[in-house]
Amino acid sequence: MELTRTVAKRVVQLVIVLLFVTMFTFLLIRLLPGDPTTTIIPFGTDAQRAVLRQDLGLDKPLYEQYADYLTNLLQGDLGKQYNSGRPVADLVTQSLPVSLQLMIYAQFIALFFAIPLGIFTAYRAGTRSDKAINTTGFALLALPNFVLALFLSYFVGAQLKWLPTGGYAPGWMDQFFDSSRTPDLWEHARTLLLPAFTLAVGQIAVYMRLLRSDMIATLQENFITMAKAKGISNQRILWRHALRPSSLTLLTVAGLNVGTLIGGAVVIEVIYGIPGMGLKIYQAVFSKEYVELQSYVVVIAVLFVLVNFFVDFLYSVLDPRIRRARAS
Amino acid sequence: MPELPDTGFGTDAGTAPAQTEAFIADERRGRGNVAGDAGLLQVGAIEAGPESKRRRGSGLGVGAWMAIGWMGFIVLIAVLAKLGILTWGDANESFAACARRGPLADEGGASGFLLGCDSNGRDMLPRLALGAWTSLLVATGAVTLGFIIGGSLGLIAGFSGGKLDTVLTGMFNVLLSVPVIIMALALVAFLQGASGEEGALSPEMILIIAIGVVAIPLIGRITRASSLTWAQREFVLASRAQGAKSRRIMIREVLPNVLPAMFSIALLAIGIAIVAEGALAILGVGVRPPTPSWGNMIALDRGNLFKSPHIVFEASMLIFFTVLSLNFLGDVVRAQFDVRESGL
Repeated sequence: MELTRTVAKRVVQLVIVLLFVTMFTFLLIRLLPGDPTTTIIPFGTDAQRAVLRQDLGLDKPLYEQYADYLTNLLQGDLGKQYNSGRPVADLVTQSLPVSLQLMIYAQFIALFFAIPLGIFTAYRAGTRSDKAINTTGFALLALPNFVLALFLSYFVGAQLKWLPTGGYAPGWMDQFFDSSRTPDLWEHARTLLLPAFTLAVGQIAVYMRLLRSDMIATLQENFITMAKAKGISNQRILWRHALRPSSLTLLTVAGLNVGTLIGGAVVIEVIYGIPGMGLKIYQAVFSKEYVELQSYVVVIAVLFVLVNFFVDFLYSVLDPRIRRARAS
Repeated sequence: MPELPDTGFGTDAGTAPAQTEAFIADERRGRGNVAGDAGLLQVGAIEAGPESKRRRGSGLGVGAWMAIGWMGFIVLIAVLAKLGILTWGDANESFAACARRGPLADEGGASGFLLGCDSNGRDMLPRLALGAWTSLLVATGAVTLGFIIGGSLGLIAGFSGGKLDTVLTGMFNVLLSVPVIIMALALVAFLQGASGEEGALSPEMILIIAIGVVAIPLIGRITRASSLTWAQREFVLASRAQGAKSRRIMIREVLPNVLPAMFSIALLAIGIAIVAEGALAILGVGVRPPTPSWGNMIALDRGNLFKSPHIVFEASMLIFFTVLSLNFLGDVVRAQFDVRESGL
């Protein structure tokens, strides 16, 4: 009962947010002054303009245009590229899995480094090694991801020649969206390792500090003293007893951080030339394909809202304290 | 000291369940989203614990002085370059012999150009100096805009509570439901489209508006949280008991207490905005080319990274040290005020 109410409330909020987000992207194009078609396709011919005018339904009242826009979105019609005539939906199914894989790898790499570092710094809180790691983390936070991307592709890619500095090979996810793309996992891993690592570095510092502060609090709990009194080894106490109760905030933040990762991934993809959503956005901006750009923005925004919704929802299901606070 | 230290703090005592909910939600969202794409403010929320406390009266450390020195240096150079007082040469003059040559380039350095030249043979030194002006102008402009609008809304939301608070918080959340870089990118692209080829708005102004608008909900939410805790303190109640009007209480009692914390957020936010300018430039929507900014210098010569890395690296290092200094100063400022808030 309590849970159904929470869920219902969240779903209503979700729908409202989605309406606002789609309205924002919808208005982006319609609010262009003058004849929008001259701005949207500055290089277009008169015939292309006429098509666009009809596609956008500019002669109809605004609310009707919005209704049409929403209907099209729900049917998966994202408009088309006016220079080539290709449907944007096709471009999205090509590029979305690329970005998703990059983000998943980055998240794993970040947690892979952040969890041991967080545990270690909490265990050694206040010591010289703790301070050294924290200072490094602080410095890494000031390192913009595009700067790191350029550094790594120069030193690791161009000087040491360990890894390629660009390109992409399909991975395990691409075939679900387009069956003609057979996976080449070795090349896939090689091309995505640097970008994923670049994207992860910024997160490592954030996650590590989160885990550290929660872990320090947990280590002062009575059950830890109890475990120590029983003579359980430090390793086991840290990994088996203290990690789980300390990791709730970390996991939530990791989930809610998808927005940060999307933003980061967009820039990183442009630098490494990975054909994901970010590179597509860059190309759309470059060739002034406003309809295409609008569709990418709406796809990313909707995905982001949905992911946040599910993370939030899972969190409130998993943690009874939040559930009760919400319901009251 | 106007408030009595021994009464404890109103933030824990006497909060209704609804507010507890708000706190929990804010705490979690705050950690997740407030940070924006650079992920800096998050750490602010975390590090505000007792560990980051610095002893009062111990003075500023070496690091803080270095950060202040660096920022002073950059601001000075930027202003002098803008005013044309620096006689380092013209930022837009091309020297064909010097193109792409610099300390790190394959072809070797060019004498007379300390930091080398970019791909068009323009001297890096005046360009970096003028770029500092552009980057700082865009960043501080955007943060100022964000604070004027987001800060006021957040202050009102946190102070007045009730329906107004719900509406404003809801508005912030809706604005934050699009990833910030994507939102800023969309705004710049369409503002550029809207202002036409010649431009009703200067490219810098467009960036200021776009980054500023994105900053509004971020700053608004932080200000709201701060304003909410101060609005529940005893001296606010005392002022109300004396018959002061809400607006007076908000401006005279709450605002002065919210401001110091906001100052540290502003320093972090300027750092984030500098990075955002760079990211937008790389995505192709930065400041228009003849005008240098750190971001568009990187974006323009990204393609020459392997042959002439100095162009990209010089601008990158400036961004890195500036953001590092701003983060550090933000941290120092926060630590100073933490003492006042929790050490009594």
